[in-house]
Amino acid sequence: MSVISARRRSPLATTILLLGAAYCLLPVLWVLIASSKSSGELFSTFTLAPSTHLFDNLADLSGYRDGLYWRWMANTALYAGVGAAASTLISAMAGYALAKFDFPGKSTVFNVILAGVLVPGVLLAIPQYLLLAKVGMTNTYWAVLLPSFISPYGIYLARIFAAASVPTEILEASRIDGAGDWRTFFTVVLPMMRTGLVTVFLFQFVAVWNNFMLPYIMLGDDRLYPITVGLNGLLNQGANQPAMYTAVVTGALVSIVPLIAMFLTLQRYWQVDLAAGGVKA
Amino acid sequence: MSLITTAAPRTTATPAATARRRPARSAGTPYAFLAPAMILFAAFLAAPIVYAAYLSLRKVKVSGLGLGAKSRTEIWAGLDNYARSLSDPDFLPSVGRIGLYGLIVVPTMLGLALLFALLLDANRTRRSVGKFARISIFLPYAVPAVVGSLLWGFLYLPRVSPITDAFEAVGITAPELLSRDLTLWAVANIAVWGGTGFNMIVIYTALRAVPLSLYESARIDGASEVAIAWRIKIPIVTPSLIMTFVFSLIATLQVFAEPMTLRPLANTISTTWTPLMKVYRDAFTRNDLYAAAATSVIIALATFILSFGFLKLVGRRAFNQED
Repeated sequence: MSVISARRRSPLATTILLLGAAYCLLPVLWVLIASSKSSGELFSTFTLAPSTHLFDNLADLSGYRDGLYWRWMANTALYAGVGAAASTLISAMAGYALAKFDFPGKSTVFNVILAGVLVPGVLLAIPQYLLLAKVGMTNTYWAVLLPSFISPYGIYLARIFAAASVPTEILEASRIDGAGDWRTFFTVVLPMMRTGLVTVFLFQFVAVWNNFMLPYIMLGDDRLYPITVGLNGLLNQGANQPAMYTAVVTGALVSIVPLIAMFLTLQRYWQVDLAAGGVKA
Repeated sequence: MSLITTAAPRTTATPAATARRRPARSAGTPYAFLAPAMILFAAFLAAPIVYAAYLSLRKVKVSGLGLGAKSRTEIWAGLDNYARSLSDPDFLPSVGRIGLYGLIVVPTMLGLALLFALLLDANRTRRSVGKFARISIFLPYAVPAVVGSLLWGFLYLPRVSPITDAFEAVGITAPELLSRDLTLWAVANIAVWGGTGFNMIVIYTALRAVPLSLYESARIDGASEVAIAWRIKIPIVTPSLIMTFVFSLIATLQVFAEPMTLRPLANTISTTWTPLMKVYRDAFTRNDLYAAAATSVIIALATFILSFGFLKLVGRRAFNQED
């Protein structure tokens, strides 16, 4: 290993990486500073000069229509948390079945799911809306939750993880020891797939948290909005009353804190190998 | 007990032989595990696609004055909606815009992602800088497109923008980033900002899987770092690049959140700025579900043809290299 450390370190490489980091951090730095400014200062003081009004802005944001903002945050946590948890379990079951069982129709099912990976989710939003409208489920929590339960990409990943991390001998042993299929799944298979399933969960959590078009179409009542649709609405109001912009900027800052915190704590799970399936198949 | 029974198959059994040892398992088990996924797949993926395809072939016939419940009936329309969609004066410009947008975003984003991944990989020993850069560049992935667009939107406003300040500091009149000529670039920048980090992690993960000894022997043979990157590393990450390309292509065709968020800040973005925005306008502003369905089907078909076509074209070459 000493050969590696003896390699010449290139200042050019370091500079390019730091420039990339600066570009990516610029908007985050800006929102940190801008949310400390009063609405008068936002458009009048030097952009990158911080001020002292962060707590006033937070109080104003909380006061907006009896804490509607915090309701949006709670809704987002609900949509993303429940949606990702359910979709992870459903993907794990399906991926396990596809990886570890032989049954008629297996390759058809898998090919259909693979095609599903390539279907742009956003395009489905309008027909999904029309179908849910027929059964009277639009403008409810279910309208956003149910479509997030199915993730073809999650199933595809779960199949790879099940094939890689669940040895067939262990399944045989579990059966010979008298455990039923479901007991084997919950007590033996799920724990073995844990690391992979965290990745599936994170993927789906971020996808739902970032989703805009589906809830934008499905929901009319702003008390059901997730944060993305809520902030979009606030920004639209800001076009008429610029004082709202302070709330928009502070709201944007608060909304990215939980995801960034989650990123930093769960970093080691973000080892994404999109092509792994292609190699294995 | 279990030790004895598993010891033999572990050394001798082929997968086929193990499968044959499974008669005790009920034949319905895999279907039970698959059932929730298949039901949801049918309800929220297959059914909407079929329904959209069906709606795209229908239209409303108004009889009499169009009053009363019975005067509006849905009838077969053939390909009328498709003809209407394709000849809509707003459709082709939105397709052209998104094509140009894709030509800017996809190569820039993947080029930067590859560059950063290679630099991070070459810098594997310099822990602190590499880690800081990796986390910083990946961070935008945690920022929803709506919030990212909102932040950049403010950064584009001349009165708030440090970009304007920077230009003025050196005595140049700052460009108007949300003017007619530059809006497309302004939106493209948001996509590049948001997507580079994720793709970088994908490529970086693939690079990390390569044993360092491979590079060491190349280096001993006298290969330069650039030659190693070009001859060894890039071929190794080609499958990852193909996947990121296909996913970026799919994402490009469905641009919606970014321009919708920028609209209040930029009057240069029309309601049909991207094809998907036109679908939204047709469905919810004009109440013309049939035109919206037809345009959706066109976009979905284009996505399929582009991604499958690309996979076939490049996939074959990528796999041939393995032989």
